[in-house]
Amino acid sequence: MHLKRVIPCLDVDAGRVVKGTNFVGLRDAGDPVELAARYDAEGADELVFLDITATSDGRGTIVDLARRAADEVFVPFTIGGGIRTVEDAQAVLDAGADKVAVNSAAVARPELLTEMADRFGSQCVVMAIDAKGVPGTTRGAAWSVGDLREEDLVEGDPWEVFVAGGRKPTGRGAVAWAREAVERGAGEILLTSMDGDGTTSGYDLPLTRAIAEAVPVPVIASGGAGTLDHLVEALEAGADAALAASIFHFRTFSIAEAKERIAAAGIGVRPYRDPAI
Amino acid sequence: MSAARAQDHDTTGTGTAPAGAEDPDVVAAEAADGPRPRLVVVDYGVGNRRSVEKALERAGADAVVTDDRATIAAADGLVLCGVGAFLEGARRLRESGLDEVVKDRVADGTPLLGVCLGMQLLFDRSDERGGAAGLGLLPGPVQGLTPALGLKLPHIGWNSVTWSEGTRSPLRAGLPDGAAFYHVHSFVARPEDPADVVARGDYGSPFVTAVSRGRVHGAQFHPEKSSTDGLRVLRGFAVACTR
Repeated sequence: MHLKRVIPCLDVDAGRVVKGTNFVGLRDAGDPVELAARYDAEGADELVFLDITATSDGRGTIVDLARRAADEVFVPFTIGGGIRTVEDAQAVLDAGADKVAVNSAAVARPELLTEMADRFGSQCVVMAIDAKGVPGTTRGAAWSVGDLREEDLVEGDPWEVFVAGGRKPTGRGAVAWAREAVERGAGEILLTSMDGDGTTSGYDLPLTRAIAEAVPVPVIASGGAGTLDHLVEALEAGADAALAASIFHFRTFSIAEAKERIAAAGIGVRPYRDPAI
Repeated sequence: MSAARAQDHDTTGTGTAPAGAEDPDVVAAEAADGPRPRLVVVDYGVGNRRSVEKALERAGADAVVTDDRATIAAADGLVLCGVGAFLEGARRLRESGLDEVVKDRVADGTPLLGVCLGMQLLFDRSDERGGAAGLGLLPGPVQGLTPALGLKLPHIGWNSVTWSEGTRSPLRAGLPDGAAFYHVHSFVARPEDPADVVARGDYGSPFVTAVSRGRVHGAQFHPEKSSTDGLRVLRGFAVACTR
């Protein structure tokens, strides 16, 4: 049976995990590979490392990160952040990453997705989309497109794609862009709600549902996880995976607890097995 | 559709020492108790060799990636990994002469584990892109996965397996039904002899995901990407290589 996934996300700046972590027993809670190996042992199905290093001279660390992670992490992992060319992607994949996530560079030059899919296969190509709702949308309470002002819609969509770490609007609708990205070669969508990110008040379910229905590839829901029920809601909305950072970093919940809750909701998920058994 | 461009799984890696020895990694701890078999990941230029090497080491083996005939001749067991197209993998094996080297060692009774494309190459032939001959160590063809309507190809992700009743394959390694493994593939082996089937997954319909026949073993999934349970499968193979 195909199983849905729980994915911890690690934001990395100049080689260090930057969202706060509250791990006991790690020699160095800021080391992304040590944290990733711990998540693997605790039942993570996959890992995402997002390099948010602002300066280009700190960027070389991303290949080193992939290399170290490949030696110590025995689940698939994706690396994103600052990937601009096929050569960038090649270096990260050669170092041992299973997939590469692209964002701004593919918005600026969508052909990049095709070039990457032709070279590596679409299963290696993750399109990261940062989306923000137009006025009138909410992440929870019911609304319909008909309630929104026509001039607020972006390419007819109630969500707009942002790039540059969420600072720059693109004029692209999230649904339209997701469709195009997949047609061009993306094998998976990493969908982050900018309205939800950091709030711990739940994923953007209408957004998740809309994208999952629009594309034939798996969607990873991101942005807003605060409770285990939020993970369940995202998977029920059509996401193939639920991504979270702070609830795991701060030990609010363990990955095992997340798995138990998801399974209890009747969703197929890889059972956590104590590595000591 | 874009998925048509997808290739079977490709990972490589290079790197450093394992994580802290204080980690509660019982797979490694168990491994430390027994002899460490010397395994060779046969290097024919295809696939996620480094990831497999690192996982074998974590599972309690001494592993090396090489095409050196003398090293292969001295190995306690061989691993054939690989990704991508069957035709290309079969061609590289044949042109390197490693196909005969591997078959000679198998004839001597050396355990062999094929992973992903490496498992498919154990079989007689594949229908992929017009067809090609495999190593012929296991009877049966490799054919396209036929998922139910609405399921995508390649099949990518975690899939829970059902073990064949009474299987004595070392790959099972004591794991229960429902153990899940990470898959990336569009083709599957269809063993002629049902007794060779060790485990099946289900992607709309059942498919064979682990096989054993004598000392020849295969995993369609990626044990090196399947966390603790994947390491257990590799541990099972490593232990079989010490006997």
